Amino acid sequence: MTTALFYLFAALLIGSALFVVLNRNPMYSVVALVFGFANLAGIYFLLEAYFIGALQVLVYAGAIMVLFLFVVMLLDVKPDKPRRGLVHLDRWWFAILVVLFLGLLLGIVPGAVRLITSVPAGHEADIGNVERVGQALFTSYLLPFEVAALLLTVALIGTVFLAKRKI
Amino acid sequence: MVVPLHHIIAIASLLFSIGVLGVLFRRNAIIVFMSIEIMLNAVNLAFVAFSNYHGNVHGQVFVFFTMTLAAAEVAVGLAIIISLFRNLQTSDITEIHNLKN
Amino acid sequence: MTWLDINSTLPELIILATALLLLMLEVLSTPPRNSFIWVALAGMGLSLASVLGTPLSGNYYGNMIALSTFTRFIDVITIALVMCTFLFSAPYLRRTLEERGEYYALILFAAVGMMLMAKAHDLTMTFLGLELLSVPLYILAGFYRNRISSNEASIKYLLLGAFSTGFFLFGIALIYGSIGSTNYDIIQQAIVNGQELSRGLTLAGFALLLIGFAFKVALAPFHMYAPDVYQGAPTAITAFLSTGPKVAAFAALLKLVIVVFAVTTRHWWGVMWLLSVLTMTVGNVTALVQDNLKRMLAFSGVAHAGYLAIGILVGTSDGAFGLLFYLAIYSVTTLVAFGLVALVEREQEDGLEVSSYRGLAQKNPFIAAAFALALLSLAGFPPTAGFTAKFFVFNSAVEAGYIWLVIIAVINSLISVYYYLRPVVAMYMREPEDDRRVTLPPITVPALVLLVLVALGLGIMPFTLVQSGVSAAASLF
Repeated sequence: MTTALFYLFAALLIGSALFVVLNRNPMYSVVALVFGFANLAGIYFLLEAYFIGALQVLVYAGAIMVLFLFVVMLLDVKPDKPRRGLVHLDRWWFAILVVLFLGLLLGIVPGAVRLITSVPAGHEADIGNVERVGQALFTSYLLPFEVAALLLTVALIGTVFLAKRKI
Repeated sequence: MVVPLHHIIAIASLLFSIGVLGVLFRRNAIIVFMSIEIMLNAVNLAFVAFSNYHGNVHGQVFVFFTMTLAAAEVAVGLAIIISLFRNLQTSDITEIHNLKN
Repeated sequence: MTWLDINSTLPELIILATALLLLMLEVLSTPPRNSFIWVALAGMGLSLASVLGTPLSGNYYGNMIALSTFTRFIDVITIALVMCTFLFSAPYLRRTLEERGEYYALILFAAVGMMLMAKAHDLTMTFLGLELLSVPLYILAGFYRNRISSNEASIKYLLLGAFSTGFFLFGIALIYGSIGSTNYDIIQQAIVNGQELSRGLTLAGFALLLIGFAFKVALAPFHMYAPDVYQGAPTAITAFLSTGPKVAAFAALLKLVIVVFAVTTRHWWGVMWLLSVLTMTVGNVTALVQDNLKRMLAFSGVAHAGYLAIGILVGTSDGAFGLLFYLAIYSVTTLVAFGLVALVEREQEDGLEVSSYRGLAQKNPFIAAAFALALLSLAGFPPTAGFTAKFFVFNSAVEAGYIWLVIIAVINSLISVYYYLRPVVAMYMREPEDDRRVTLPPITVPALVLLVLVALGLGIMPFTLVQSGVSAAASLF
């Protein structure tokens, strides 16, 4: 049952990601991405990462995508005009290189994972719950946590400075 | 759950590749930005899958930091887009010349 | 966490306190805000004192950061760069737009990111340090909010920066997947003992990490964004953009390669070799045809990243020392060169072409002499420090057996002489086209003194820096 759910979520996730990249209307893209992220949250729950799953819904599908939606509406971004072509392929050799690189990536990475034979030592119980993640965040990851806070401070300053008309 | 690890990683790699293609071949700045979000989420999926496999919490903590970064970058990026939009006085954000190449 | 942990990040904490103080002052004070520069400089001075005054070494914050002579070396370079940026920024900002507290605060945040990145002993910290360095720079590149070219530079820098972060993170994810930890020590142990789940996965992760780094330090073919971003950003910021990320990213990469991935060198040296050759050649050849000084110096920066990559490739303690020495010389020289371009620049991005430098020696002999010294040092003329630095790097590469790489690098250095000499010839051997005056603000004099000390002093007497450079390089092993 859970296995089937996983493949369902995965298929919907890949489908919506493709839709985001391939359609002309940014509004549709945003909504498709919200849908995709909700599916990703489902996968996180199946992988027993409950805290991350909740964050995915709250932060990504919630806050970040709403921000995107807000900007798309504020700027009234129109769909791309059909005559301009969806993608720009002015440098064909570049496109070939990219596709080659991605093919390599798709071949090597899952291939290397498939060949893993040894099993990692020592499982900890309930790694996905808030208590365990929180404990790690405030003990061994204290310094990175503080730096992340700084990062958000910088973003705050920058956003106010760049977007406010008169300061 | 009995899904083999390499299936999850294959999905993450595929998602990452879709994001890369979107960044490189779309003109619209907002779509490019969303493609970057797809890439970051592919990374998060890989982290969570490995974290589950290894049975330790490091991967999930890293996802937390990735999300922080994504939030910060999106906030700054959209602020820049708004400021650019104000100066260009046009609703068509794709008119940013020089954005590519 | 103990007091010792807090003590280990004292320089960063002082800088952060200064940044927050400046933000407060920005809210409270009324323009003109001429005193901000002094607050910022005082903060950096205090931080420098704490770097030199507390020679700690060892791991802190539960192995998140590791302090050593190496990190102190990078700290000192960072502080010197930031102080020089401030010195050139103040007159530039007064001329083009008002001074603002956010400007100094964001540079200070970026400085903290640089220092943490070199200290990182866990990929989590490397990543967060890199981002704390990058995000302020995205904002600073767009600091002229009303200028479209600045907006474009900013959005372009942000999109490509975020794109490269994606690769960087995917690399970390794969390394974590293969080993189960992001700590440098644990990764190193696992690689040496062959305890990874899959060697291929580790190497794929390292390759993606390398792509992320290549974007940040503008190695070809990932350098495309650099000239456009450098040109569009405010010139005083360009000075920092072209040096700060390079110093921090090369320091972090050097540590990563030597401490963690040294055993796998035989798998990736070819890629690094190719990147290095491609970068120096593309950078130098493209710089030949640039007329805009900002673009020329941008491509020159790309070329120097290629020389610096040699230091990464060599991997011996001599190579590490050469890289650190080169990094110190390159960053100070380039920063001051960009700063001088900012002084000569006129309103609305005018006065950036080589032709605007005609007869500068008659208009202002000090600026002309300093600019000529910076360019000659970048070109690697003896007896400047640029020559000594190149000598150290190339010598370590020859000893490690990379003969062809050094031959290509030397040919490249010869090519580069042409474009470095063009502005020098224009300044000294041509008549001025107009009678516009170019003044040297007194506040920038300390930066020029530093340039003379570094570019000429270290060229003639390199021993003063060699001592600390060697011990810094040795502390990595």
